[in-house]
Amino acid sequence: MGYGFAAILRRDLLLAFRNRGEIANPVIFFFIVVTLVPLGLTPEASRLAEIAPGILWVMALLASLLSVEGLFHSDYRDGTLEQLVISPQPLYLMVLAKILAHWLITGLPLTLLAPVLGMMLSLPAAGYLPLVLGLLMGTAVLSLLGAIGAGLTVALRKGGLLLSLIVMPLYMPVLIFGASAVQRSVDGFSVQGPLAVMGALLAFSLLVAPFATAGALRVSMHG
Amino acid sequence: MLLAGRFLLPQTPQLILDSIAFERDDSLLFSGICLSLESGDVLQIEGPNGVGKTTLLRILSTALMPTAGKLLWQGSDVARHRQLYLQNIMFLGHLPGLKQSLSPTENLVWWRRIHRDHSPLKNEEILGSLGLCGYEDIPCYALSAGQQRRAVLARLLVTEASLWILDEPFTAIDKQGVADLEALLIAHARRGGMAVLSTHQDLGIANVRRFPLVASAEVV
Repeated sequence: MGYGFAAILRRDLLLAFRNRGEIANPVIFFFIVVTLVPLGLTPEASRLAEIAPGILWVMALLASLLSVEGLFHSDYRDGTLEQLVISPQPLYLMVLAKILAHWLITGLPLTLLAPVLGMMLSLPAAGYLPLVLGLLMGTAVLSLLGAIGAGLTVALRKGGLLLSLIVMPLYMPVLIFGASAVQRSVDGFSVQGPLAVMGALLAFSLLVAPFATAGALRVSMHG
Repeated sequence: MLLAGRFLLPQTPQLILDSIAFERDDSLLFSGICLSLESGDVLQIEGPNGVGKTTLLRILSTALMPTAGKLLWQGSDVARHRQLYLQNIMFLGHLPGLKQSLSPTENLVWWRRIHRDHSPLKNEEILGSLGLCGYEDIPCYALSAGQQRRAVLARLLVTEASLWILDEPFTAIDKQGVADLEALLIAHARRGGMAVLSTHQDLGIANVRRFPLVASAEVV
């Protein structure tokens, strides 16, 4: 059972290591956009602190969306996806391995970078822990849900726009609860509620997304 | 050079295609295809470009579902017992399934892992026997088309599948490569394996069955 999972995880991490330049894209995007905010809006610390939770979350979400489009693309183009679909290993486990690899190379770096960028936006001290915890779970949810859209649109020539339309509504709860956890913490309220919802979203998408993505990929291959 | 005869295939399997049809964009590509394969058969699918050879092979690989008809593997319906069938086939498609930024060795490693291949052969031996000695650790994008094809064919040396489905396997390889592949096919058939392949080349294999695929003129 676990053979396919381990093989694909190792292969994708190796591929990511070989194509380091491409992999760094979402992280660089996140960094640049958040750096530009104080220049474009205001350098005033109190006003930046007000918008910091929202800005950080929106940009992390967009960075994740940018990268999820390519999740199955190269595999589809070079015939590897076909080999995976007809291999005797369960497809959903291999899909889960690909999603995990995607999270390790985009979601995790975004999460680790977020506190540094929070400092640049003078995020109040109370916001850091919920920001990191929320992003840690939230980016995993984004990778999982994004994979469904990526699987559905992989065979389309210009699937990018459609992908955004499909996954945006699914991304919204993540953004709402993620940003509100940080905001509530800054305002001095308890963050247990939003973080618990985030955990529930993660558990739900972990259960559903690998199967949905595997189904979507099969449909795309038959197209 | 051939590492053949390492294993004996356990039973005498049989594949039956029962009036397979395929329809794309409301037009019938082919229909009523009935075929059967016994162990030791090598079947060459022939036909002009665009007649549906690749489509038929993809149906055999289960990557595509036929519009009508069914596949029977050892008497059981493939649609229902897909897992069993997938353990017994080896498909080399039109697209090679090679990761360009990985080396032939790394490509073989991931493929062997997802196929749970336990044969004791070392990757270097396999790739060396296919003339890739010295190229094992060079990324595939730096290899020639023929060398990439050889890196894909390496899978034939490790697979234990009894049914090989090969789409244009002779593309881009040189004379020696063609001879090597033919020898592989002969050895596979002698072990009791089966192969279905599409090629425009005349094969140097005795007892090749030929199946001319004809286009269906009907429009649904």
